[in-house]
Amino acid sequence: MNWEVVIPLLIFLGSIFVVGFYASRHLSVTSSFLHEYFLGSRELGGFILAMTMVATYGSASSFIGGPGVAYEMGLGWVLLAMTQLPTGYFVLSVLGKKFAIVARKIKAVTLIDFLKERYRSKAVVILSALSIIIFLFSAMAAQWVGGARLIESLTGLSYTAALFIFAVSVLVYVIIGGFRAVAITDTIQGVIMFFGTLVILVGTVIAGGGIENIMSDLSAENPNLISPYGPDRSLTPLYVSSFWLLVGVGVVGLPQVAVRAMSYKSSRGMHRALIIGTVVVGFIMLGMHLTGVFARAVLPGIEVGDTVMPRIAMEVLPAWVAGIVLAAPMAAIMSTVDSLLLLVSSAVVKDVYLNYVKPDASDRTIKRFSIGVTAVLGILVFLMAVNPPDLLIWLNLFSFGGLEAAFIWPVVMGLYWKKGNASGAMASLLTGVGSYILFNTFLPNAFGMHTVVLPVLISFVSYVLVSLLTVKRHEETQALVLENMWKA
Amino acid sequence: MKKGKRKGGEDPRFRIANREALIGVGLVLLNFALWYGTAYGLGSKPVEDYHYIWGLPAWFFYSCIVVTLLVLLLVILSVKYLYKEVPLDEEENN
Repeated sequence: MNWEVVIPLLIFLGSIFVVGFYASRHLSVTSSFLHEYFLGSRELGGFILAMTMVATYGSASSFIGGPGVAYEMGLGWVLLAMTQLPTGYFVLSVLGKKFAIVARKIKAVTLIDFLKERYRSKAVVILSALSIIIFLFSAMAAQWVGGARLIESLTGLSYTAALFIFAVSVLVYVIIGGFRAVAITDTIQGVIMFFGTLVILVGTVIAGGGIENIMSDLSAENPNLISPYGPDRSLTPLYVSSFWLLVGVGVVGLPQVAVRAMSYKSSRGMHRALIIGTVVVGFIMLGMHLTGVFARAVLPGIEVGDTVMPRIAMEVLPAWVAGIVLAAPMAAIMSTVDSLLLLVSSAVVKDVYLNYVKPDASDRTIKRFSIGVTAVLGILVFLMAVNPPDLLIWLNLFSFGGLEAAFIWPVVMGLYWKKGNASGAMASLLTGVGSYILFNTFLPNAFGMHTVVLPVLISFVSYVLVSLLTVKRHEETQALVLENMWKA
Repeated sequence: MKKGKRKGGEDPRFRIANREALIGVGLVLLNFALWYGTAYGLGSKPVEDYHYIWGLPAWFFYSCIVVTLLVLLLVILSVKYLYKEVPLDEEENN
């Protein structure tokens, strides 16, 4: 075992535990367990808000999968990765204050609480909860596989042992600390991701003999590697542009991101988060993917994309620095998984159990049930990840696109369009998820655009059309919703 | 703080929220236009004819580095001069 690499990782895991215990103290004194466990009592400041947004969003694919593809595709893939820049400012601007104000008015703790109050329809609630549980569960499994593979490649442990270490590390602090632990650990993880990116980028540039040298090496191998079109000129402008919808704008529809838009304390904090988030997301995406491209000049001929980052780190950095840098992808994965775990758990506890099974549960029961469900979900993901599917970046994008197509319009139009109603939301959810699965299966990347584009358009049209067609049917409910959400 | 008791009146904070959402949309559109224009405007010629800045092809330098910094600057300016601070909590509790 390579102890110089492993020790920094162990220190990292150790400090995460400490945070979990610190946050769990808040849980024992809080007056509302649900608010604290699933939303951190809406107390996030600007820096933590920005970091938890970025860290939750930045995942295995930003640190392992993405740079691996960039190694393969050259600068064109970095261009594509930069479509993620809006996640830093767009989500908070668009959901922003409206979502935070409305969520407080109706005392929403989860995204589905919002949908429940906005549409007042059992079908919408159940369908949304199911989509969250199914899609995020598979996203989570993909991330766990990534985390375990990383530990495996760094330590030489068997895959199952690595997965076990990863599972225990994440489960402990999420289960005992809830949202506050997740947000604070996300912040530490985000900082590690930021500096890890800086170090590995600089290290790779130096090892490659400077940027000029690297560029001429790459263009000597294949000039298209430094064009925006990819080595075989397959990256068309239309295809690359369609990623603006998938990873730039559509992120608004991701429940794990949206829920953060109602967790902050004040509008001042949100303003700071807008700026910090843009800086951090821009830097990490640029730096990591660029490192992937530069790595090709330093270590040519790597076959498996997912191994590019670990190998380049160990090649260009002293072992102990590589350990710190490789804590960054570890951090990225953990910070995504912890949020997903808590979100799926909140969908089960708050949105299904408390809404429809046992609305009058006591605080004590809720507490035990929440912690129990989180633990059981964690164990289930572990079991799924033991026998993992391949190509984690695509699996990840699948659940990503499906959720975006499902939720973007019920959330965004629900906030800004008074005429939107339950039938419209239902239609939007069904056509969004349905058409995403159909397109993904039978006509992936239709018309040269990423699969997500058409389902998002289709779900928009169905939301608007069906809402307009059913105005009469929902007249009374809509009046009530206007009263609850829009009135001063 | 305003009492907000105007009958049928909308929450006055929503006007600010709506405006900021539109600014967000405007920023994305501008971000996209700049990114697309510099990347494919400068990058579509044959690779042999590329210009280089700091060792990087000019298309890449502008679309991925300059545009990113420019957008960041615009975000900072928007937040500073256009975004307004509003109280988020229910007013009736005060």
